[in-house]
Amino acid sequence: MKHLRSIDELGHSGLLEILQLTDHMTEINQRPVPKVPALRGRTVASLFFEDSTRTRLSFETAAKRLSADTLTFNVSTSSVNKGESLRDTVATITDMGVDAFVVRHKSVGIPWQIEQWTKASIINAGDGAHQHPTQAIVDCYTIREATHTARFDGMQITIVGDIKHSRVARSNIQAFSMLGAKVTLVAPPTLLPPDVSHWPVDVNHHLDEVIPTSDVLYMLRLQSERMSQGHVPTLREYSEQYGLTQKRVARLRDSAIVMHPGPMNRGVEMQIDPSDVKNSLIHRQVANGVSVRMAVLFDLLGSGANLGGQA
Amino acid sequence: MSTYASLNSPHEVMSATDVRRAIVRIAHEIIERNHGIEGLAIVGLQRGGTWIAEAITKQINEIESSVTVPVGALDVSLHRDDIGIRPVSLGAITDIPFDLTGATVVLVDDVLFTGRTVRAAMEGLNNFGRPRAVQLAVLIDRGHRELPIRPDFVGKNLPTQKDDDVSATSDGVRITAMNASGK
Repeated sequence: MKHLRSIDELGHSGLLEILQLTDHMTEINQRPVPKVPALRGRTVASLFFEDSTRTRLSFETAAKRLSADTLTFNVSTSSVNKGESLRDTVATITDMGVDAFVVRHKSVGIPWQIEQWTKASIINAGDGAHQHPTQAIVDCYTIREATHTARFDGMQITIVGDIKHSRVARSNIQAFSMLGAKVTLVAPPTLLPPDVSHWPVDVNHHLDEVIPTSDVLYMLRLQSERMSQGHVPTLREYSEQYGLTQKRVARLRDSAIVMHPGPMNRGVEMQIDPSDVKNSLIHRQVANGVSVRMAVLFDLLGSGANLGGQA
Repeated sequence: MSTYASLNSPHEVMSATDVRRAIVRIAHEIIERNHGIEGLAIVGLQRGGTWIAEAITKQINEIESSVTVPVGALDVSLHRDDIGIRPVSLGAITDIPFDLTGATVVLVDDVLFTGRTVRAAMEGLNNFGRPRAVQLAVLIDRGHRELPIRPDFVGKNLPTQKDDDVSATSDGVRITAMNASGK
């Protein structure tokens, strides 16, 4: 595999392989010295045109644990502010000798656009409301770890909230259904895309109806920064109808899992402290983020095909 | 001169019984060399060395019952200097649930060839502590070393051509000549 830009590009067998490879990385992260020389001499540049805490830091941690060098591009202090174009920025960093770009941008398709300007591998760390494949792999890995099953056949996964603006939702819907889960979206009509009839999902507008039958409750962040017009009447009304409250937690199955990709809006979609939820996997999602991104970097930069291509 | 008769078909160089006897002998040699089993730990290299490590450990623990020798498994694929040539064997994960600091570690592999796997293994071990000593046990030493590495315990020395294929399982050791010019 040369690039990872969407779950489609990874495919079913690719997804299973990355999940297995992640087991190796998880073991490394448990060692007294969690560092291996696997990607010595490789350079990974993170190119974030949007804000990020966990994705950027977990990619950088992952690269360092594999002994790759990292370059961090900070838009706010870069020559982009002097008017340098995306193309020139990519070309400039490529000239410094990088093997992979980790890209986040507000526009859909940027990772595919960039491919034309560089020979480096490209990892999509979020393009608009389109894809965020590594988050989806992290979430699959986290569910796999918690339930001890590699196949999600018959598992009922409910994704709640701002589906419309969510690249996490789009990648996760694909990945979850690839592994055999049944996905239900819960959102007000204004926070759903205009047409989801071709998506492998059920839609429900009432959270309370699906709470007792969900195996996984996946809460999304209400992306107020992307909301130009009123998608919800008030935050308070949204959180009453779609937020996770103590009352709703009490109606979850005993074995049900609660997840959130972060960052959380406390008091909006999360009305309670996640540590009050018995089976909250939110911290596992962050911890597994490093292992999964190590597996992705190793697969792209350490695999035979790619090494042969560069030699 | 060839130790094997026919070309391009597997030739048995050790039977299942030979393999079992070699493992018993190596177990005895390990105990003898280390004057007992105090501080001993066995680590098999994924994947070919793990079953041998387990067999040797079982044998040692039957011979000496004073303490139990622990056995672990080490995946060296991320420590290799030739990453990309050999893929990671998925599922063959490192499992060393004990501290190696101060221990005498016996690394176990099936076939010793270039020595690169063993070099990677010695580097990998450092992530788990600082052993007092590291020794090497192999079922087959087939020569063609590319690094200054020498085994302490050997099941069988097997002269080979560089491109021969050697496979070692508990059912026996087989060699397949890949080169038609071997005589």
